[in-house]
Amino acid sequence: MEKIKVIVRKEWAEVFKNKMVIFTVAFLPLIMTAIPLIILFSTREIGMGGDLGTDVGQMVSSGLCLQDLNNSECFQVYLVSQFMMLFMLIPLAIPITIAAYSIVGEKNARSLEPLLATPITTFELLVGKSLAAVIPAIIATYGSFIVFISGVSLLIKSKAVLMAFMDFRWLVAIFIVGPLMAVLAVNLSLMVSSRVNDPRAAEQISMILIVPVLGLFFGQMAGLFILNKQVITIIAIILVAIDILVVYLAIRIFDREAILTRWR
Amino acid sequence: MIKTEKLEKKFGDTIAVQSLNLDIKEGEVFGFLGPNGAGKTTTVRMLSGLIAPTQGTAFVNGFEIGVDNQKIRSTVGVLTETPGLYDNLSADQNLVIFAKLYGVKDISGQIEKYLKMLGLWERRFDTVGTFSKGMKQKLAIARALIHEPRTLFFDEPTAGLDPEAAHMLRSFIADLRKGGRTIFLCTHNLDEADRLCDRIGVVKTHLLVVDTPANLRSSHFGRKIVFHLQRIDEQMVASVKKFDYVNDVKVVENKIVATLDDPELRNPELIKSLIDNGANLTFVGELRHSLEDVYLQLVQNTE
Repeated sequence: MEKIKVIVRKEWAEVFKNKMVIFTVAFLPLIMTAIPLIILFSTREIGMGGDLGTDVGQMVSSGLCLQDLNNSECFQVYLVSQFMMLFMLIPLAIPITIAAYSIVGEKNARSLEPLLATPITTFELLVGKSLAAVIPAIIATYGSFIVFISGVSLLIKSKAVLMAFMDFRWLVAIFIVGPLMAVLAVNLSLMVSSRVNDPRAAEQISMILIVPVLGLFFGQMAGLFILNKQVITIIAIILVAIDILVVYLAIRIFDREAILTRWR
Repeated sequence: MIKTEKLEKKFGDTIAVQSLNLDIKEGEVFGFLGPNGAGKTTTVRMLSGLIAPTQGTAFVNGFEIGVDNQKIRSTVGVLTETPGLYDNLSADQNLVIFAKLYGVKDISGQIEKYLKMLGLWERRFDTVGTFSKGMKQKLAIARALIHEPRTLFFDEPTAGLDPEAAHMLRSFIADLRKGGRTIFLCTHNLDEADRLCDRIGVVKTHLLVVDTPANLRSSHFGRKIVFHLQRIDEQMVASVKKFDYVNDVKVVENKIVATLDDPELRNPELIKSLIDNGANLTFVGELRHSLEDVYLQLVQNTE
């Protein structure tokens, strides 16, 4: 455990001197938190007391307004729910950036061999590197969510709307799907980083992970499906399975001999 | 301290190290010479528990590679071909990380000891990115020593350094030798190997020879004694050739070069014979072959 802590601290000491990493870790959560809050603020009067009478109204009533919300509240919950998947970009993008700069940086500096020559196990090294990328992502996601909820409570008077943002879907998305996505991102980034020598290339290739998340975002916006309890639960279960697979593959790639003889 | 038995490593169909047999004693400085791609770094990686051999086995500090790799890595220090330091961190931070990974108890004491020994103490809080190549190499050596390993693997420790930095590092390695550590030194610098090493192994995928630098020179070229004469004639040359222990005689200008095995014992008789045959000797000396001559002969003969 001590060696894992040493690796985590070392990674943070190194990567947080990189401006690109600092920018991603600070700026992305800020944007992803600000967007839904601005939307909430600007739509606080829409549908007040009246019938929405639109397609949106039908979508709202079909999926999300199971609670006792009026039209305005229902519209707000619906609208901000569209951005739940964008919120999920935080635990994806931050670990990808940290892991890309950490591993490719280590490859370029040829500092992995001295590290591997210490009594640290491959497992400890891999866990240390993964945690160093995952922990800031989770802190940023949870922190953003807390800021978001605090903002919602200030902007919205309706307790029902506030509770809607703390329902099963949001809690599973933030506290379960978020960390699962971070694990997926860091392990994919690890695999990509083993094949490239430029952190920006590693980052860009790993960012392919964002495509399915954006797919969910636009799919929901287009009314193809609604991220209700069932969908978010299925996403979490699929992510668990994918995470197990990518962790297995990453451990195989992160083999000492492979690193020393095949990583270029 | 280091013993290998038919150690072999293949990468696909390529043989990197073939049937390597070594027996290096505790406290010995062993030079490992060979051209690029001869398998030196692969051997160091196998012996430091970083990669597994394809065949054969080896014991380092009493631990078997592939079985006790963790223990091997705890008791050896490795200086890799490139320093591999964290440029964004200070010298002190770099050493703290490795001291913790090696489980060093008195971390600050050990850091102070080696940074002072290597002349980096005043720069301990500076980021490594601002260091010269020589300073980085010294810091990498401090990192390899921070846990007081019994065996050290140095891969090209003075490569690319200016003469002053290289001299300083060689002196430091010579001091380490006095401390009784076993040192496995991979180098292209034959003069360095000659000065520092008790024995030398020349490798080119497989081991070509192992011996002391002096024995390597004499066994490959014999010992050559040069007799400088005021004038030379056939009778004088014959007076040297007639002895059975003289393996070869050459005449170069007014010098007779005789190859023999034990000049300390034979020289008085040869000198007497020359004088008896009318020679006026002005100087007697030994023509020394460099280790480079031996190395080149060995490596070129195996091509």
